[in-house]
Amino acid sequence: MIELRDVHKSFGPHEVLNGVDLTVPAGSVTVVIGPSGSGKSTLLRCVNHLEKLSRGTVRVDGELIGYRQSGNRLYELSERLILRQRARIGFVFQNFHLFPHLTALENVAEAPVATLRRPRAEALRESRDLLARVGLADKADAYPRQLSGGQQQRVAIARALALRPKLVLFDEPTSALDPELVGEVLDVLRDLARAGTTMIVVTHEIGFAREVADTVVFLDGGRVVETGPPAQVLDAPRHDRTRAFLSKVL
Amino acid sequence: MSLQTPARSPSADPPPRTDGPGPGLVVVPARRPGRWILAALVLVLVAQFGHGLVTNPGWDWSAFAGYFFERSIMHALLVTLELTAAGAVLGFLGGIVLAPMRLSRNPVLRAVSWTYIWIFRSVPLIVQLLFWANLGYLYDKLQLGVPFGPGFVSFETSGLVSSMGAALLGLALHEAAYAAEIVRGGIISVDPGQLQAAASLGIPRLRQFRRIVWPQALRAILPPAANELINLLKSTSVVYVLAIGELFYQVQVVYGRNGRVVPLLMVATVWYVILTAVLSVLQHYVERRFARGAVR
Repeated sequence: MIELRDVHKSFGPHEVLNGVDLTVPAGSVTVVIGPSGSGKSTLLRCVNHLEKLSRGTVRVDGELIGYRQSGNRLYELSERLILRQRARIGFVFQNFHLFPHLTALENVAEAPVATLRRPRAEALRESRDLLARVGLADKADAYPRQLSGGQQQRVAIARALALRPKLVLFDEPTSALDPELVGEVLDVLRDLARAGTTMIVVTHEIGFAREVADTVVFLDGGRVVETGPPAQVLDAPRHDRTRAFLSKVL
Repeated sequence: MSLQTPARSPSADPPPRTDGPGPGLVVVPARRPGRWILAALVLVLVAQFGHGLVTNPGWDWSAFAGYFFERSIMHALLVTLELTAAGAVLGFLGGIVLAPMRLSRNPVLRAVSWTYIWIFRSVPLIVQLLFWANLGYLYDKLQLGVPFGPGFVSFETSGLVSSMGAALLGLALHEAAYAAEIVRGGIISVDPGQLQAAASLGIPRLRQFRRIVWPQALRAILPPAANELINLLKSTSVVYVLAIGELFYQVQVVYGRNGRVVPLLMVATVWYVILTAVLSVLQHYVERRFARGAVR
């Protein structure tokens, strides 16, 4: 279970997140929607401490992310410990960020070897299975530049799954893709959801949200405006701002 | 294709051209008389220069041939290669330390690195070399020990810093400043998203650098590094001021003795050209080796 409490984040004087509270039960899919600049990506990056919070806490299965609590003080963790925490939180980027000098297989196997210190042969075998799971068994030895955008994003998803994360964060995973490639990535996300992966997905794919999400969160101006099951937030929004946003994207 | 296919054309005819103006029309290329005149002019100048090379007795090609593989020249060539290799290795090792320092979040490391690069790019190599060679005037003894406290071992400066030592020190320190900037350029050319991806996978910091950033940075580092290496090869000629028997110093010694200035300068020149050619070919292969994943 993931709990965000009173999360604030500002870049200089610019407040991006203004007190976000969010609970994501284990095995559920939460889709975050909202206008650009509403803080969706920043919210995700705060969850795995790629961005340091200005205020508030993030807990994954009760464990505080980025800090150690003692009494009423929060001690910032060393980079080494933060890296270890991140290993349990997968992150899929909008622009994939695959390592261009490594093959698809090496991309997936890198973290298990480097972070979990798994034996290389074992990591490679599991990575092959993961590539097969995202439908790319035959592309194991291709370099990222030889793959289409959709294939690259599926490799990136396999890479995030290689650490067997408790939670996977998706930051607009289909926004950089040509329209005809969006489907193949969403199919992989659907499979993951069905398999009970805990996921937070920032996306503009409202159809996907309606079909897969357990909870939809509408974020605007760095606050959660509305949250609930898709039938409620997407089809019968209570807030004007949600309605205005949906009328533009639907 | 807005071409008009002739009505009579059956399938046996060749297919209509798509790159020409159409049937029955012939393209006459524009005349470019200027191109011919310029080419002729340049060829005449080249021919004149070539003729001079052969006929002008001043070039003294027999002396050139006699000295090209002469033993003292061969030995000097070896010294030049040693200076280049040592300067490059030490310089780039220094650069690999200085560049991450300049990119560090630690302001002290950043300032030290910046100052180093500033100073050593400011001082002409020849001035620096003379400084190191004359270090004995400044500090007659060097000692290892507690900073500002007692020392354990001390050395005579003149004994420690020989002229070869001064040359190496100067070349390495000079080179490190330039190498640092080349390495830094390579590192910052890597997409910051790569580091984010590595961080999000929990990859340890050092491995992020070694396995993710460095191989990508290397592609941007290699061309200017090869440039710098070639530059260094020629800069070694400057250490003649310390009376070290490298190529340039040695040809001066020889022509000081026999007065055949031009052929001996040509000996040095041709050797520098050959070594640069070898380095350029090496560069090509090394760059190809590190282009992994960069081409389809």
